[in-house]
Amino acid sequence: MTGFNLTHLKQLEAESIHIIREVAAEFENPVMLYSIGKDSAVMVQLAIKAFHPGRLPFPLLHVDTTWKFRDMIAFRDQFCREKDLELRVHINQEGVALGINPFDHGSDKHTDVMKTVALRQALTAGKYDAAFGGARRDEEKSRAKERVFSFRDKNHGWDPKNQRPELWNLFNCKTNKGESIRVFPLSNWTELDVWQYIHLENIPIVPLYFAAERPVVERDGTLIMVDDERFQFQPGEKPQTRRVRFRTLGCYPLSGAVESSATTLPEIIQEMLLTKTSERQGRLIDHDQSASMEKKKREGYF
Amino acid sequence: MSHQSELISTDINAYLAQHERKELLRFMTCGSVDDGKSTLIGRLLYDANLLYDDKLQAIEKDSLKHGTTGGKLDFALATDGLMDEQQQGITIDVAYMYFSTAKRKYIIADTPGHEQYTRNMATGASTCDLAIILIDARQGVLAQTKRHSFIVSLLGIKHIIVAVNKMDLVDFSEQRFEEIKSDYTGFAARLDLPDVQFIPVSALLGDNIVNPSTNMPWFKGGPLMNHLETVHIASDRNLIDFRYPVQYVNRPNLNFRGFCGTIASGIIRQGSEIMALPSRKTSRVKAIVTHEGDIAEAFAPLSVTLTLEDEIDVSRGDMLVHPGNVPRVDQTFDAMMVWMGEEPLVPGKTYTIKHTTKLATGNVTTLRYRVDVNTLHRSAAPTLNLNEIGRCQVTLNQPICFDAYKRNRTTGAFIVIDRLTNRTVGAGMILDQEPGDKKDFWDATPQTLSQDELHGTVTDADRHARFGQTPVTILLTGLTGSGKTTIGQALERRLFDEGRAVSLLDGHNLRLGISRDLGFSVADRSENLRRAMEVAKLMNQAGLITICAFVAPMEATRQKARQTIGGERFIEVHLSAPLEVCRQRDTDGMYPRADAGELQSFPGVTAPFEAPTAPELTLPTDTMPVAECVEKIVALLRQRRVLG
Repeated sequence: MTGFNLTHLKQLEAESIHIIREVAAEFENPVMLYSIGKDSAVMVQLAIKAFHPGRLPFPLLHVDTTWKFRDMIAFRDQFCREKDLELRVHINQEGVALGINPFDHGSDKHTDVMKTVALRQALTAGKYDAAFGGARRDEEKSRAKERVFSFRDKNHGWDPKNQRPELWNLFNCKTNKGESIRVFPLSNWTELDVWQYIHLENIPIVPLYFAAERPVVERDGTLIMVDDERFQFQPGEKPQTRRVRFRTLGCYPLSGAVESSATTLPEIIQEMLLTKTSERQGRLIDHDQSASMEKKKREGYF
Repeated sequence: MSHQSELISTDINAYLAQHERKELLRFMTCGSVDDGKSTLIGRLLYDANLLYDDKLQAIEKDSLKHGTTGGKLDFALATDGLMDEQQQGITIDVAYMYFSTAKRKYIIADTPGHEQYTRNMATGASTCDLAIILIDARQGVLAQTKRHSFIVSLLGIKHIIVAVNKMDLVDFSEQRFEEIKSDYTGFAARLDLPDVQFIPVSALLGDNIVNPSTNMPWFKGGPLMNHLETVHIASDRNLIDFRYPVQYVNRPNLNFRGFCGTIASGIIRQGSEIMALPSRKTSRVKAIVTHEGDIAEAFAPLSVTLTLEDEIDVSRGDMLVHPGNVPRVDQTFDAMMVWMGEEPLVPGKTYTIKHTTKLATGNVTTLRYRVDVNTLHRSAAPTLNLNEIGRCQVTLNQPICFDAYKRNRTTGAFIVIDRLTNRTVGAGMILDQEPGDKKDFWDATPQTLSQDELHGTVTDADRHARFGQTPVTILLTGLTGSGKTTIGQALERRLFDEGRAVSLLDGHNLRLGISRDLGFSVADRSENLRRAMEVAKLMNQAGLITICAFVAPMEATRQKARQTIGGERFIEVHLSAPLEVCRQRDTDGMYPRADAGELQSFPGVTAPFEAPTAPELTLPTDTMPVAECVEKIVALLRQRRVLG
């Protein structure tokens, strides 16, 4: 930092911290959505920096679909304990009672009930007026136009025609009762920025990001990990051990693994840079139609 | 995505080390779809090898579905986003795109060029360092080119690249390029654009985008990418004026009180003396606290936490500065306003204003003019509609700490929020005070804060008992020659003879002393009346009835006068006589001098006289004798129980 120059990462960090503090200052009851993934890891790290030496003035909220990788849940609990973070976990119990799962009901229905509906339930129950999310604008086309402060109506719905212009770093935090704002402090970060920051700051991440021998099944060209006994094999399928890792993490039956030998952060970054496909390819929920993410967003998904 | 580099596969650690030291450059592209704007961005990413394969495939797929290039790669599809917009074939919002090279990380704000979307352009421009303005080589400089350039200069973007596109369609003609360059330069001279570069390009074919054009060997400047990589932006930051809007007070325990914020400009060092505004209390920086440990100095735009040596009262919305370099602290200022609300701007209506970390309420007191964004022509306007831009005087309910936007993009900017809908309806950029601008003190905050100890033991009731009257201020307003001084003096005599404690102030006797520094401009007349009202108020406090004879030509100023005195003590009497009668009665030869142009802003001749809208009394002094006028006023005073 000589000559008063800032690297792009320092500048992104400063902007994100500004956003996080602004929410803490202006909203009554904010919450930070914690997905356990790498973006969440960076977002929580930025929040810790924003309020150092104090604790976060808001809790973390994890919407648990009950189908996350076991390693994710273990990592989550240990991470929150070590960092002294208040964690709230919400599960859609109605969905559990109905036995909703990705094998029998498909990715769309499972995601809708256990993730989208569950998130709405949690936000309504918690009366949160602001919810931080780790989404980035470079992830997907429709997100390129998303505001940092994204306004949601009483039903958590997103209306692309009813978003507020965002100028400078002056964020309009005004809401009426029942309305809320989703805040994306990582809006201007790219996947490479996130990985570089994790590398530079030594931020702990779930081991699933690193290559290891894991039991997988190849289905329609995608490698699915057999993470627990609930896995439903199709006729003729048998788990095989392969050296794989995950570029994005979610419900294990919906997260495609990639064969890899990357066991360090530089190797992960190297692999990412050499692979000319963007990360959402591994997410099965996007495959159906090119504008599916926007449809999900209108319904309240992040 | 990042620039392809050998290092990625050969030495990833070296590559990472290289990529940790990148600069951030934000730029925007201005132009319409027809100018090939999206094609330009798509081409930039494609030639720089920055598109992912799956994105390319998606573009190929989409090109067949919506494409306007007949099945060829439609780069425009790389940048368009939302479903309905895509089908309309236009982008209607700001879309952000990201790419990086070994040297810089880039954020592109892609904004539409259509007239109705000035709002989006201003939004995109507000955070950008550089703007690419596209001109179709066949069309040349159009109204929209001027509009884009004006908005870009208004929002304070310092670096402009004018990309003259579709050079392939004008046979790569140097002469055509020079013509456009000269047209643009002529126009841009009226704008504040310190750094303008011109590049002839063909986005469709890739000439001068990333690779130098072989079709235009006459062009000696580098391709677009070259400029983006080398333009010097580090010195655009203001590192002189330390401004630290306090964003959040961090009190995790009784031993720690940290003031969190993002440094808007300037540099702060541990041990530096600081002043908190608006309280003007001073202290020193004890520590600059960060998660990585305390640091010796910090600068814009870092987000830090400051602790101070002394326990001074500082809260969110206050500003820390160096005592020798303070911003303006005021509740009234002039600003350029971009209106973004569906409902037009209503002067006088109360809005919420967000400026740095401070929320205030306020209103537009005066809309000075509206700017036609296509011609830059200024005209009077009653309001600003969506996408209109104008100069306003803004008055807030409390003072804020600010600099001119030109000097400081953070402390000079504010947004306007509708209090009912909560929508962001306007964006303002505060202007420099012009030399010769007289400060308007009507609403200024007194420098002396405590008024509690000013009152002695003599009460209003004591004075009432002594004088047998309730003190009031009677403002006699009217044109020169309407009889103000005559009636004022007669009224003073009449009340004095009745045993009342009374005093007369008029415009002339004030100008002999208290207002010796003032002339006769609108602002000076306003200031003269303000001083008279302050004197009258003191006299009222001393128990006296005060008669004030002033032209007081402006309704807004008289309303301020009423506020100063206090509504129940203020009696406005309009001496109404036709202008011709006043001219005849004028014994000082004022009207002939005004007619001859010697007196600027002379009410009734070279400046308006706004008749009072709701005076307590109107006296037709052209037909009513002086004595009768006086009796009418006395009757009103009796009716109001002033005299008894």
